[in-house]
Amino acid sequence: MNFTRATNIDEALAAKNADTDAEFLAGGTDLMVEVNLAHHRPKSVIGIENVAELKETSTSRIGAGVTWDHLESSSHQALAHLARTVGSPQIRAAGTIGGNIGTASPAGDGLPWIAAIDAKIEVVSQSRGKRLVPWAQFFTGVKRTSLGADEMVTALVLPADMPQIQHFAKIGVRSAMVISTVSCVVARGTDGFRVALGSVAPTVIRVPRAEQLLNSETRPSEAALDEFAATVAKEVQPITDHRSTEAYRRHAAGVLARRLVVRCLN
Amino acid sequence: MTTTSYRVAGRVGESVLRPDGIPKLTGNFAYISDLVADRMLWGATRRSPHAHARITKLDVAPALAMAGVVAVITQEDVPGNPRFGQVEQDQPVLCDGIARYWGEPVSVVAADDPETARLAAAAIVVEWEPLEPLSDPEVAVETDGKVIRQIRIERGDLSASGTVVVEGTYATATQDQAPLGPEAGLAIPDGSGGVDLYATTQWVHVDHSQIVDCLDVTPDQVRCHPAGIGGAFGAREDISLHIHLCLLAGITGRPVKMVYNRTESFVGHVKRHPSRMEYRHESDENGKLVKVSARVLLDGGAYAHTSEAVVANAAFFVVGPYNCANVEVDAIVVRTNNPPTGAMRGFGVVQTCFAHESQMDKLASAIGIGPLDIRRINALEAGDPLATTGQIIEGSLPTSRVLDALESIPMPEFETTDDPRLLPGGTGRTTEPSSVKRGVGYGLSLKNLAFSEAFDDFAEARVLLTTAGVEVHTAAMEVGQGLVTVCQQIARTVLGIEKVAVVFDDTSKIGSAGSTSASRQTQMTGGAVHAAAAQLLQKILDDHDGDELRDDGVYLTGQLVATIADICTDGPIEQWVQFSHPPTEEVDSKGQGNPHAGFAVAAHRAVVEVDVDLGLVRVVRIDTAQDVGRVLNPDAAIGQIEGGIMQGVGLAVMEEVVVDAGVIKNPTFTDYLLPTFLDAPSIEARFIEEPDHWGPFGAKGIGEPPTISSTPAVVAAIRDAIGKDLTRVPVRPQDIVGL
Amino acid sequence: MIVTLKINGEERSVSAAGWESLLNVLHDDLGLPGSKAACEQGECGSCSVILGDTLVCSCLVMVGSCEGADVTTVEGIADGDDLHPVQQAMYESAGVQCGFCTPGFVVAAKHLFDHNPTPSAIDITEALSGNICRCTGYGAILRGLVSLADDGERE
Repeated sequence: MNFTRATNIDEALAAKNADTDAEFLAGGTDLMVEVNLAHHRPKSVIGIENVAELKETSTSRIGAGVTWDHLESSSHQALAHLARTVGSPQIRAAGTIGGNIGTASPAGDGLPWIAAIDAKIEVVSQSRGKRLVPWAQFFTGVKRTSLGADEMVTALVLPADMPQIQHFAKIGVRSAMVISTVSCVVARGTDGFRVALGSVAPTVIRVPRAEQLLNSETRPSEAALDEFAATVAKEVQPITDHRSTEAYRRHAAGVLARRLVVRCLN
Repeated sequence: MTTTSYRVAGRVGESVLRPDGIPKLTGNFAYISDLVADRMLWGATRRSPHAHARITKLDVAPALAMAGVVAVITQEDVPGNPRFGQVEQDQPVLCDGIARYWGEPVSVVAADDPETARLAAAAIVVEWEPLEPLSDPEVAVETDGKVIRQIRIERGDLSASGTVVVEGTYATATQDQAPLGPEAGLAIPDGSGGVDLYATTQWVHVDHSQIVDCLDVTPDQVRCHPAGIGGAFGAREDISLHIHLCLLAGITGRPVKMVYNRTESFVGHVKRHPSRMEYRHESDENGKLVKVSARVLLDGGAYAHTSEAVVANAAFFVVGPYNCANVEVDAIVVRTNNPPTGAMRGFGVVQTCFAHESQMDKLASAIGIGPLDIRRINALEAGDPLATTGQIIEGSLPTSRVLDALESIPMPEFETTDDPRLLPGGTGRTTEPSSVKRGVGYGLSLKNLAFSEAFDDFAEARVLLTTAGVEVHTAAMEVGQGLVTVCQQIARTVLGIEKVAVVFDDTSKIGSAGSTSASRQTQMTGGAVHAAAAQLLQKILDDHDGDELRDDGVYLTGQLVATIADICTDGPIEQWVQFSHPPTEEVDSKGQGNPHAGFAVAAHRAVVEVDVDLGLVRVVRIDTAQDVGRVLNPDAAIGQIEGGIMQGVGLAVMEEVVVDAGVIKNPTFTDYLLPTFLDAPSIEARFIEEPDHWGPFGAKGIGEPPTISSTPAVVAAIRDAIGKDLTRVPVRPQDIVGL
Repeated sequence: MIVTLKINGEERSVSAAGWESLLNVLHDDLGLPGSKAACEQGECGSCSVILGDTLVCSCLVMVGSCEGADVTTVEGIADGDDLHPVQQAMYESAGVQCGFCTPGFVVAAKHLFDHNPTPSAIDITEALSGNICRCTGYGAILRGLVSLADDGERE
């Protein structure tokens, strides 16, 4: 196996440009599972875990290489809360938000927040330079993205109008270290509520009809909240698998979203 | 006896620390997966991707042709009995042309390194004609040749009827033992046709006889060694990679090591039988049981393993620790193309206990009395006949004392908190304190101790006094439960000598200790050590005209009369004992007789908090009182109780091997959820000490009861919180919210 | 590829396929079998090591990325024959049964106490929620570490 350790983004991109089959390695928490299950034997790996630029954060961006343990103390409340539920302490110390974005699992814990705040994904290639991809165009299917073969995810670009009120919750059948059966972020910005859910569709989704319903009222009544929850349950597209059932996921999506709206109101 | 102030340290009754504790804490304890040998090869297994299929082509040549591959074997290479099994020899060593379960081994490979072995196993050409899997055990009941064992119990007047009737149908899912250490083995050829095997097991002698049979060698040519193992819980009661490794070592003439990964471990060992149970309880208007009828159906999976004994346990304990004069049971275990099932902690009783405890609560509520009342009214005590077989309970069985002790434990306060770690849903922050309802539930169980139904159940031990101290020799498997400490404590207490080493001998050096299962080793191997030590002591005292043995020698009325060196002038002095428990019988055609050697009762009270809208459960607390006979090591006993309870909690709320048409959908720790530290309830335990009629110092086995009645207690608590019937474990969020 | 690491203070070089896990290389190639393979998905913590100052699952660390890394394994926690306080605490509280998870608990608990000598019971519980124990039900481990934290509190 060929291993290239990149110390900056340019080196990483040059290595990727030279060999587009090469894989980026940051925390390894997804890639190594595939290796250990003998599903995968990488031939060429570009180590980016020491690229300082990828670890930078500011009010406008979060570097792709920032690990979850750092995000646990983020000033963005929902991000901090969700970071604390990613895997285990060991996973959080290694895994990065960029890895979560690149893997694009429907259950990716960070993705509902990205969708709720309407963040963009910054991707860069040596030949094509930088592009900012709205999240909805980035995630295209179950573990599928619009990332080009020569590109890397470098940062999450945050909106200027970051919703200050935001809440996260995630359902799993265990109190820690669990893959979500439904996860949800509700953010309340100047334009109203935004509701994003994970594990209920091939990608993370927003529920525009439910949002519209909610945002049509200044202070939603109990009845409106019930209708909102019912709309969320209708709007999501979950499946039945070994982790849960479609019916439960619909129900739970509604309950969870409703609770988070109430938390935003209080 | 003389009165003396001499008292050896580390006796029975003290919380003696484990001799293997420090090596385990420093990473220096040798587990089988850590063993290496010179010129060692690595093994890998090719498995069936189908639950039921016929092999139409099998070609190992591409694997054999690979550089670094030394041997590839299939069923044709098995020299002796092509089939193994500890009860019925029905499972081919390697696939015999038909795969009967998903993951059945087809071929095994030995190669220079693990990666080459894995690639070689993948390179074997296997073509399949898929067959329809038999995955519904009810269909199996109606299919010729699929019933492994059926037990019919008829006791009392089957036309009797009660004024209050409750019925229910219950189900339990497949549970995996999930020992942390996956299956591993190292087979080392001895150069003259024999082999030494170090492999994950609970009983080296039962492995030995099956290996000898399949290898077609003489018994002295195979030596099975007890070695370091990362837990068991029933998963190692049956053969996994043992015969494969011995065959590969024989063919290659080199040591061969194989270690399963977690997914292979899920398919590579037997699991807890899933069950379906139909119950009818009839009582008088006060709740006194008049009649219990039950049909129990267990899915044995593709091969028999210990299913015959598991179904017997399920049948004999169908009523639980309750008196009832009229009982009718049909208990059936069938063969399917589902994952093979066999032993797991609780062994058949877990399933029926969930059902009978659910029924007892239902009955109490129909009559309008409390859950403890219904259990007290019907409590089975020493001297009573077991409701199913009519066997009179000999020895101790303090059922009412156990219930009283449980009730005396103060109930925890309901603390309101907004710390998500202390709410259902945990760090997921799902739950509003206002959406939480609390529930309390009870479970009471009865379990047989050691082997039943006329099984020739014995354990051998050899105790030696040397100038360096005492040695206890046994072939019993220490799987983590603490037998090593118990053997030391028993020998110390009897002999008065502190320095005791436990030596785990291979099958050529000592006879069988029986299996580390059925809660039996403290009583059986402990009993053998106790008897051997007592006989050794008597011999020494007789030979030296003393009345007491101490660390430094034989004493008479407080005066040293012979030093240890004097005693051992002609070398170590030893005593060998084969210990058996009181004989048991087979039952007759109506299930009547005396099949059991002993019994233990345990009670659990669960407190849960339920997020009723999301169906998430936090098990806050489990209180328990357990009939232990006599506590030999309090901290170790608490460890068994707490660990056993966690496995019961796991079955109650999260642990399920999801099987679809014979295929396991979640064979990883990502998706087979084990309780984490944050899921652990606080546990308060009370020991009820009434010495039993056999076993060292009156001790009873303690390993299984904690797992058995903790599950129904948790489910009862959830029912109490939500006011709904729950008839299946694990209870899933969708069951609670009713979707 | 050849990788040189500093393990428990000692420089070691090893030849390995770059994609292999650090766990495999420690266990099978470097003679440090204390770190245990139990799930190889980061879902049990039995292979926990400290990489630099970070607690990680060594099964999820690609050895090819480890050149120059500073690794502390369970074998490097005790000081000669003197157990580390977390080892002593777990030993005395009977927090060890089969012991297969124990190395991971020792490493994770050491990392916790290095950063917070007086964790509360619930903090201990959360910090060790990535370490699965199948034998003890966690009670004895918790009692041992809570008593260690109490000792820290008194100092």
